[in-house]
Amino acid sequence: MPEPILTVQQVSKFFGGLTALNKVDFQVSPGEVVALLGDNGAGKSTLIKCVSGVYRPEQGRITFDGADITHHAPSEIRDRGIETIYQDLALAENLDVGANVFLGKEKKKRAYGFINVTDDDFMRSEAAKVLERLDIHIPSLKQRLVNLSGGQRQAVAIARAIYWNAKLVIMDEPTAALGVPEQRKVLSLIRSLRDHGVPVILISHTLQDVMTVADRMVIMRRGKVSANLPRAEATEELIVRHIVGFGEVAEAS
Amino acid sequence: MAAVAVKNSGSRAGALDMITKIWAYLFLLVMVIFFSVTGTGFFSLNNFSNILVTSTLVALMAIGQTYVVITSGIDLSIGWTVGLASVMSARTMRDFVNGGMDIAPAIVLGVIIALLVSLIPGIINGVLIARVRIPPFIATLGMFGIVRGAAFLLTDGQQVVGNLSDTLRQVLRGIGNGSLAFWVPGQGVAWFERPPDLPPEVIRGVAQMLPYPVIVTAVVVIIFAFILGRTQFGRHTYAIGGNQDAAVRAGINVHRHLILIYVLSAFTAGIAGVMHLFRFTAGAPQAGEAALLQSVAAVVIGGTNLFGGEGKISGAVIGALIIGVLQTGLVILNIDPLWQFIVVGVVIIVAVLVNQAQAALERLRSNA
Ligand SMILES: Nc1ncnc2c1ncn2[C@@H]1O[C@H](COP(=O)(O)OP(=O)(O)O)[C@@H](O)[C@H]1O
Ligand SMILES: [Mg+2]
Repeated sequence: MPEPILTVQQVSKFFGGLTALNKVDFQVSPGEVVALLGDNGAGKSTLIKCVSGVYRPEQGRITFDGADITHHAPSEIRDRGIETIYQDLALAENLDVGANVFLGKEKKKRAYGFINVTDDDFMRSEAAKVLERLDIHIPSLKQRLVNLSGGQRQAVAIARAIYWNAKLVIMDEPTAALGVPEQRKVLSLIRSLRDHGVPVILISHTLQDVMTVADRMVIMRRGKVSANLPRAEATEELIVRHIVGFGEVAEAS
Repeated sequence: MAAVAVKNSGSRAGALDMITKIWAYLFLLVMVIFFSVTGTGFFSLNNFSNILVTSTLVALMAIGQTYVVITSGIDLSIGWTVGLASVMSARTMRDFVNGGMDIAPAIVLGVIIALLVSLIPGIINGVLIARVRIPPFIATLGMFGIVRGAAFLLTDGQQVVGNLSDTLRQVLRGIGNGSLAFWVPGQGVAWFERPPDLPPEVIRGVAQMLPYPVIVTAVVVIIFAFILGRTQFGRHTYAIGGNQDAAVRAGINVHRHLILIYVLSAFTAGIAGVMHLFRFTAGAPQAGEAALLQSVAAVVIGGTNLFGGEGKISGAVIGALIIGVLQTGLVILNIDPLWQFIVVGVVIIVAVLVNQAQAALERLRSNA
């Protein structure tokens, strides 16, 4: 196993009195697809938000590519090469597709020789190219996202994450709003990322998908990592047992 | 048959859509025509330039307010920031001149100092809202009281700053009520000054073509419309209003951006306050009191969404002009000017209804 590119060590996160993450250890190696599984409220989204800089953990350490990123802002973490597709998509629905793919990293050009303006045509055409890769067609890229379907919006969120040649892509339920053909497309996208050496953290409730793409399954329960299974050892039954907590019962008895 | 019906409803929706987008312009046009037809003297170069000058105060305040409202905030303090800048500029100019400084540097320094001081409430608003997370309504309401008190303390409780020397007043008035170009009937355009020694019947027809306050306001409008529409700063302003969480996660420094937005709002109010001094040659704490709600009205009439994420500077300018035309038109028609409040109130409500209709239309179209 190569050196992990992402290491989460003993990370805890509290919301008031609630312990969302309880001393979580978690690693991702280059070129690896890691599935993060667990019941609703297990802490999956909170964990990836700690990695992407949205939350600051109260305890523990997160390192990426040799650097301590525990207290970095989202912009610094994106600059270091981690892109995230959030469960709620985190899109500005009042803006168009290009503006969303480039949100926070707008492409600029010189106007009148002295002032930087946003290069909207460039951003739109680049957005069109990534969407092409995803095989998703959005009739007019000048449309604001409010006018797009749920699946199209999800495609925009995915497009934004893969546009930037990330070193790690995190996907929190990326296929929830997609039809079956688009779901397949996303799965093959995940494989192609891995084949290019880009590791992926995939959160999904669709066990079938997970079984076909993941190299390793990490299962969370009540803010803790309860199991870490290589694909060879993972059966659907075993995964489900860990998700619902029968694993603990079995160990205890 | 069915296809025809669909096509018809489509083009009708298109026309409706168009109207919801430009109704404020149409409304302004209709009002101008109405007053021109019914009010004697309304349709004249003199009156139009008068309306433009009158509208500058609300327009300047509405520029900053537009940015604030796009981020789904509100700035209630700018009315008194106008007053603070007015008083501050009057005081510093007076003290410099009475201390023996030449008029020109005293005026320049007074303007700079007043503009800098007017940024202070903006900085505090921004920090309270972005970092301490006090809702904009509350933070700027608090600042409303604080700046009001500060402005009155600076005039020692008086309605205006006293003791401005006559020469200072004269220079201020010359700029504040001056114009780059005049229209002289029978003679054409005169630059910088009214030609001297005109016969009385000609003097009455002389009109300001490019009053300085209008030029200043136009420059501010163009700069801030450009920033909002074309730059990354503008893009981030819309993004924050559309989905603040998304903006944070995309790596936008939302705290810093929001602070800058409230500083910008205070800045355009500061310009309005300084201009007020030039126009009326008196530093008055109440200079922007009545204009605050008018600036919010102008922003809403101009189509800016009070929930954030949408809006344009051009809309705010149209809104300010509608209010200016109303004020002037009612006076010319000899109707009690108090009617303006009622008409503006109705227009605000219509504006919100039209915007809702527009959102509904957009939804309909995307579902179709
Ligand atoms: N911003 C927040 N404020 C308060 N509680 C939160 C917040 N985000 C998540 N939680 C709580 O933390 C726990 C873990 O949530 P989450 O990470 O979203 O779970 P998952 O993604 O595995 O379904 C839940 O109990 C949830 O209610
Ligand atoms: Mg979740």
